[in-house]
Amino acid sequence: MKASAISSVFAPLQEKGRAALIPYVTAGHPVGDSTSTVLHALADSGADLIELGVPFSDPLADGPTIQDSSFSSLQNGTKVEDVLAELSIFRAERTTPVVLFTYLNPVLRYGLEDFLSDATECGASGLLLTDLPVGADCEVERTIAESPLDFIRLVAPTTRAERVPEIAENSSGFLYYISRAGVTGARSQLRESLGDEVAELRSQVGLPVVVGFGISTPEQAREVGCASDGVVIGSALVRIMEESGVEAGARFVARLRAALD
Amino acid sequence: MTKITQIQSDRFGSFGGRYVPETLIGALDEVAIAYAEASCDESFQDELKRLNASFVGRPTPLYHAERLGEAAGNRDVWLKREDLNHTGAHKINNTIGQALLAGRMGKRRIIAETGAGQHGVATATACALFDLECVVYMGEEDVKRQALNVYRMQLLGAEVRPVSSGTRTLKDATNEAIRDWVTNVDSTHYIIGSVVGPDPFPRMVRDFQSIIGREAREQFLECLGRLPASVVACVGGGSNAIGMFHPFVCDEYVELVGVEAGGSGIESGRHSASLAAGTPGVLHGSLSYLLQDSDGQVLPAHSVSAGLDYPGVGPEHSHLKDMGRVRYTFATDEQALEAFHKLSELEGIIPALETAHAIAYVLEYGASVNGPILVCLSGRGDKDVSHVAEIESRGSFL
Ligand SMILES: Cc1ncc(COP(=O)(O)O)c(C=O)c1O
Repeated sequence: MKASAISSVFAPLQEKGRAALIPYVTAGHPVGDSTSTVLHALADSGADLIELGVPFSDPLADGPTIQDSSFSSLQNGTKVEDVLAELSIFRAERTTPVVLFTYLNPVLRYGLEDFLSDATECGASGLLLTDLPVGADCEVERTIAESPLDFIRLVAPTTRAERVPEIAENSSGFLYYISRAGVTGARSQLRESLGDEVAELRSQVGLPVVVGFGISTPEQAREVGCASDGVVIGSALVRIMEESGVEAGARFVARLRAALD
Repeated sequence: MTKITQIQSDRFGSFGGRYVPETLIGALDEVAIAYAEASCDESFQDELKRLNASFVGRPTPLYHAERLGEAAGNRDVWLKREDLNHTGAHKINNTIGQALLAGRMGKRRIIAETGAGQHGVATATACALFDLECVVYMGEEDVKRQALNVYRMQLLGAEVRPVSSGTRTLKDATNEAIRDWVTNVDSTHYIIGSVVGPDPFPRMVRDFQSIIGREAREQFLECLGRLPASVVACVGGGSNAIGMFHPFVCDEYVELVGVEAGGSGIESGRHSASLAAGTPGVLHGSLSYLLQDSDGQVLPAHSVSAGLDYPGVGPEHSHLKDMGRVRYTFATDEQALEAFHKLSELEGIIPALETAHAIAYVLEYGASVNGPILVCLSGRGDKDVSHVAEIESRGSFL
């Protein structure tokens, strides 16, 4: 395992028995607010780690909320290099680790090695590619694994048990468990078996297990936080920022944090 | 990296693969295994053969288009009449096969994406035949362009869901179908409509469509005692073209020509010619030539024909292009519309606007071919008649 900024977030939290709070935002959204300002607001309201979405034109793993945020960000002209520049502005002042969350194509087009070194230089701590499952492209995966970035991989409820060790071995930082089969998007109900599934997964792998997709309220965050090492809140936050602005989003993050403390 | 198990056969050269959310990996394995079993199961093959003969109407005829040949510089032009299939296009070759497979896998719910509506109609038809639930995703733009096919799908008992995200065409309908599959993967099989998507779809759809080329090759040998000098097909995702080309790939003296949609011309930037003007990238689960900008964002495609209006192309075509085995070119909207009229007047066959791109190529370049030409007449044009009439009364394509 890499001795990374990400693992040093989890170690003390695990001791305290508190789950990490991991808000997701799409870079360049809401239109009109700079991404570095949004990142600051999240860090100020108690985020332990931040997932920053690099928008892609065809986000097929995302539900309507994140699709719309990506679309409006791109319409407004967001480029990959702008996202990295905003990240480095944030990084100059704050240490909260940031995981870049995106799809493979913008990264390939940028140039994989250039992307990895520029992202590292701008202060990213990890990379998550929703459309690069373990085993899909050995060469690309090896290059990412050899970079200084943690390589975050997903496990789904549909992942066969025999695949889990292989995924864990090819991950670093943390393992991301998808709370249900489906795309991103807020849901009013969590599945009943979720807690057991996460417990089972944690017993199998030597990495922190973070849960995301559909978690939308402080109550749900607390419930999932009790069973896992971290909670990702995406669509619910993006929607609040879209409708009521960054400050309202920050207040929501503070409430989530209070629910986990 | 350690212990990564990778199936090498999921690629065509470096193209193809399985670039999908983790949630789908299990389902893709399941389809791949079910397909491998069905391929060597005689009862599956017999059932497919029986339905192709009694329901689809195969074998389709090979027709000697003498007046078209005259217009193409006195060449010998033969049309493989996929327009005479039940539902009016080659798409049903694939949907019957995949619906049979869904039955084997115990999946009772089918989803599909559609552009022109031909694949949607062919899927809805197969679902009616096998009593399966059917949901078809179609871009809002295409729902307008292809209103007749929307009603046909509904008549057949399918639910048509208009897609309003992105460019509101085939690309976005495909995104939406994949999102549905990720969400309902346990109950649902996704009948993808072309040789695109993650493995095993490109090779499975190719195999189901290769009946076009196998029949045509045999018919050609029977009628002319030789192979064609050139084989021509239009390329959207590339399923009719691959189906036609595949049985000829090893006949090295047979020239293979794929005709993409040139829209308003390549220089205009408004086209769907991924092979002629794109660069390799990842969309909808596979690595292939793609229309994209310098930031890796997928560019909107354009074509007068909804079925070619797609910024990607099947990965096997990318491989055949890089190997130099198939030559890919394009016909513009204007050339396709002209060919649409020409074939109607000369042969009494109204082609689909997609197919008209292949005809346009033959009219333009047929004279340069030394020997008989075989063209895949992928579909009939009834669905396009009102759209063409509207374009012509407006006097512009825009
Ligand atoms: C008649 C016809 N030909 C061709 C196509 C293009 O698809 P493909 O390139 O997969 O054959 C379509 C798609 O809708 C079609 O309806």
